[in-house]
Amino acid sequence: MARYLVNRVAAMAGILLLVCLFTYAVFFLFSPDPAVQICGKTCTPERIDQIRDNLGLDQPFWSQFLTFLKGIFVGRSYGDGVSAVQCSAPCLGYSFQSSQPVTDMMLQRLPVSATVAIGAAVLWLLGGVSAGLLSAVREGTWVDKTLTGLTLGGMSIPNYVLALVLQYVLVVRLQWLPFPQAVPFSDDPVQWFLNFVMPWIVLAVGYAAAYTRLTRANVIDTLQENFLRTARAKGLAPRLVWRRHALRPALTPVVTVFGMDFAGLLGGALITETVFGLNGVGKLAADSIAKNDQPVIMGVTLLAAFFVVIGNVVVDLVYTVIDPRVRVGT
Amino acid sequence: MSAPSSSALLEADHLVKEFAVAGTGGLIARPETFRAVDDVSLRVEAGETVALVGESGSGKSTTARLVARLIDATSGSVRFDGHDVTTLNGRDLHDFRSEVQVVFQDPFSSLNPRHTVERIITAPLRYQGRKPPGGSRAFTQNLMERVGLDPMQWERFPAQFSGGQAQRIGIARALAVAPRLVICDEAVSALDVSVQAQVINLLRRLQAEEGFSYLFIAHDLAVVRQIATRVAVMSAGRIVEEGDRDAVFDNPQHEYTRALLSAVPRIRPEWETARRERAAERAALAAQSIER
Amino acid sequence: MNGPAQNLLEVSDLTVSFPTATGHTDVVSHLDLTLEKGGALGIVGESGSGKSLTSLAIMGLLPGKARRSGSIRFAGDELTTMSESALRRVRGDRIAMIFQDPLSSLNPYYTVGAQIQEAYRSHRKGVSRRQARQVSIEAMERVHIKDAARRVDDYPHQFSGGMRQRVMIAMALSTEPELLIADEPTTALDVTVQAQILELLEEIRRETGSGLILITHDLAVVSEITDHIVVMRYGECVERGPVEAVFSDPQHAYTRDLLDAVPRIDDDIAALRTPGRAGEAT
Repeated sequence: MARYLVNRVAAMAGILLLVCLFTYAVFFLFSPDPAVQICGKTCTPERIDQIRDNLGLDQPFWSQFLTFLKGIFVGRSYGDGVSAVQCSAPCLGYSFQSSQPVTDMMLQRLPVSATVAIGAAVLWLLGGVSAGLLSAVREGTWVDKTLTGLTLGGMSIPNYVLALVLQYVLVVRLQWLPFPQAVPFSDDPVQWFLNFVMPWIVLAVGYAAAYTRLTRANVIDTLQENFLRTARAKGLAPRLVWRRHALRPALTPVVTVFGMDFAGLLGGALITETVFGLNGVGKLAADSIAKNDQPVIMGVTLLAAFFVVIGNVVVDLVYTVIDPRVRVGT
Repeated sequence: MSAPSSSALLEADHLVKEFAVAGTGGLIARPETFRAVDDVSLRVEAGETVALVGESGSGKSTTARLVARLIDATSGSVRFDGHDVTTLNGRDLHDFRSEVQVVFQDPFSSLNPRHTVERIITAPLRYQGRKPPGGSRAFTQNLMERVGLDPMQWERFPAQFSGGQAQRIGIARALAVAPRLVICDEAVSALDVSVQAQVINLLRRLQAEEGFSYLFIAHDLAVVRQIATRVAVMSAGRIVEEGDRDAVFDNPQHEYTRALLSAVPRIRPEWETARRERAAERAALAAQSIER
Repeated sequence: MNGPAQNLLEVSDLTVSFPTATGHTDVVSHLDLTLEKGGALGIVGESGSGKSLTSLAIMGLLPGKARRSGSIRFAGDELTTMSESALRRVRGDRIAMIFQDPLSSLNPYYTVGAQIQEAYRSHRKGVSRRQARQVSIEAMERVHIKDAARRVDDYPHQFSGGMRQRVMIAMALSTEPELLIADEPTTALDVTVQAQILELLEEIRRETGSGLILITHDLAVVSEITDHIVVMRYGECVERGPVEAVFSDPQHAYTRDLLDAVPRIDDDIAALRTPGRAGEAT
């Protein structure tokens, strides 16, 4: 067991390193010269060379990559002399366009993304799993068929369309919700909450539809299992057969998918955040792409990858708790 | 290194196969290994049927896969017709594949459900870039007839056949390349008793007609008794006893073989005798009534 | 209007049918079965003979779309007209069942102990956790699982195939049922393990006096441990009688063909006799 954990964590570290290397290589190879960007419009070749030298951009790839890695663990500085900027660990780069370390920019926006992700996750888990259960229990009836139709709609409607429709209906026509405006939680919790309702719904709909399908399929599969027949043959009450023998095996795979989906969202819900003007990591990514702010784009990419890898490991660990076949080796 | 050519069609020497144990090993540690096949040596002469029997986990199927070169051995060697085939690849492995064919246990899962019988049966030839002699259709129909299938059903799909018929398609596919060794991996285990008897009879008839050899992997000793000329008993990756069929069945030497044989359920001999007598009486009576 | 007291189970005119595109197809038709108290009945047939559905019909566990008619009297009580909750009190308590594939028939998420005591706890009210655990351990000891007190907390995947089937049997035994229905209990097992399980089933019957219905495709197996047999084909009974009578003087042509087709371990048959079968060319 301990060995399993050590192996998983070691593998995770290895994968994160590879992700860093790959991302760094992609940006190194395909992005425009940062020195040119920093230099701005009025620029001379001498000035560019000077910036290159100053920032170490004239160094070979491996040397630059190692400096970058070192920055993650112990921090680094960009340039030297009076113009030097400090970037403390974990340093994921420095945005010269906004004169801020990338890590700081992301940390400022992470709470918003997390709020969006957590709220949406609660909604889609509750909605998706219960709709899936209902659909499975009523397999083949009009309830099942209606839900199946709805999930198809939910999965195919684009986020931004749904966002616009919701805004029009809930805010403009019905006026159930105020027009969204950023309010800190401490100032006005109600306004803060109402502000997030629409993003939560918009983000949750697609996932809820997918989870409805997943849950439905899992439950129907589990109901075919031989051990369910055994449970019935024991004369257990249907309620007990369901609760004890059907639900746990049926919902276990949902945990896996959920872990991955949730982890992916912590790296920012790009479209939803942008549409609702929420200042999260997703919007940061969108803005940086528009401004071509390379260090930030790379930082966001790394952050998202980091969450996905961590999410993977967490799912594996949770699995060892809920599935005895993983917990106790054969 | 090349040993003098012997009369054996297939010669496996000191085969060993190790598998990594799932869940062990990682980035640093080497995985623990499990020895599925442990120093197995085996000979199959031309035209004979060697049965490899054993219980689940004995390594009999792994041995079959090693011999068929479906997986690579950890150590040891396989010689076919005097040539070392242990490390063959590319063109040479292709040639070997037309000499050795495998019939698997589950007929349906080993037949592509989207292909017609014709396509399935001629597939081994097509993989080798050979043209079916006499045209694909006639070739298929000929083979179907030989394995007891209706040759007019060449255009059907596997799902349209019963389990026994599907197994016959598998056998026809194996015969398409005119192999010299056919490996039957639990080929009749999944079939109903009456169908099983038909397929065993078919396997025997085909061997009498074509003269190829069988390596017959099975857990059912009663089936093995009906088809084998020689028997090798495997347990925990090793061959514990090997000999002519009658010697092994009538006078088992190894304790494990004895345990295996005594565990087989049997119909009481006195009931069997009584039943045969009745059957003979009935036959005699029927013959009499015809004479009258 | 109670049936003859000495019979544990009386099935008469049992028909099970499934809906098809054109109406209904009978998978079991007009079947009669009788099992004496403490008797052992073998139901033999090839695939599609309806033998497994017969057992599910007795247990009242047929799939929802199946239709059942006829009468099933168990110890004098008519099961077909019983309410679902009354039937549940019989099922798993007075009639217990063992299935073919022990691994998939056990829930991988719970310890074998939890699964063994489940039936006991749901049929006996007011059983404490400790008592139930003790029942599990005793049931495991009765099916000769070594070190039962420790293994009671293990999960199904930690047992070998034969041990898992012992767990299934322990599960069935925990409530001391009057009737044990075993559906192909040894088909998935190795031959040496099969011998042990069959011996165990006989031992249980001897010691508890419970009735046994053994459903199998293997004629040699039924010949060894049952006293009466029923041969089924396409949902119908083609022959029935005491084992000795059926094996030494089979009356129906299908039974004869079937017996001819069985490969014998002690005997090599020049050419196995093969029964003519629709759709199979010989």
